[in-house]
Amino acid sequence: MKTPMQKMMRRIHGLLFKLPLMITCDEFEGFILAYLEDDLPPRQKFVFETHLKVCRECRDYLAAYRTSLELARASYRDDPAAPDDMPEDLVKAIVAARKADG
Amino acid sequence: MMAVARRLVGDEALAQDCVQNAFADVFRGLDGFEERSRLSTWMHRIVVNQGLMALRKQKRLQEISIDDLLPAFDQNRCRIEEQWISAETPESLMQRDQTKDVVLSKIASLPENYRIVLLLRDIEEMSTSDVAQTLQISESNVKVRLHRARSALKMLLEPLLRGETS
Repeated sequence: MKTPMQKMMRRIHGLLFKLPLMITCDEFEGFILAYLEDDLPPRQKFVFETHLKVCRECRDYLAAYRTSLELARASYRDDPAAPDDMPEDLVKAIVAARKADG
Repeated sequence: MMAVARRLVGDEALAQDCVQNAFADVFRGLDGFEERSRLSTWMHRIVVNQGLMALRKQKRLQEISIDDLLPAFDQNRCRIEEQWISAETPESLMQRDQTKDVVLSKIASLPENYRIVLLLRDIEEMSTSDVAQTLQISESNVKVRLHRARSALKMLLEPLLRGETS
């Protein structure tokens, strides 16, 4: 349940995000993937980062999104059964031997 | 190859079958291998394809709907997100005994169309175009699914991230 003050702050945020060079939180959502892959053109990146500076909710959200992604990667990275890259030389030798056999 | 299969299908016996079938595909296809890509990359793709085929045959248990796991916005198009008090790092979270099991089980519970994209892009580190080609979907579809999968995973991991689980 939001307090009247919190409700008013959200309305102010909603208005703020309609100003030039500002985006709403749901528009911000659509840029997250491209931002993390450094795929945003400079102007969109500036707009994205400006929103990040003024919006506590999106800042918290993005931090948790990044942490959960890092946890996913780390959980598989720690897999003791995961082998290193297959030795390319060995595989090439097997291929050559097979091709030589006809 | 075994590790790739295990990550995809999440079952030891099924992963062994995938690897066996993948090796059969490799030997059948060796003569046609044109060495434009690394052999290991080619073999990786073969085992991924075997994993995907196995998943399609397998009947999935109860899956959570992705719509219930996506972020919410109010009528002002502002995000609804509880404030984060603690901000533990992934490193400190990974030092806890339960973390890895919780993370793997939450990934396993993602709807398959999303889980596969997350595994191929974020864990197997395949490119967006390779994932699109493997799954026979567009690159923009890969991106949408990837972002939704990550968002859903973030939602599923919230109790862990907020320190609400052991």
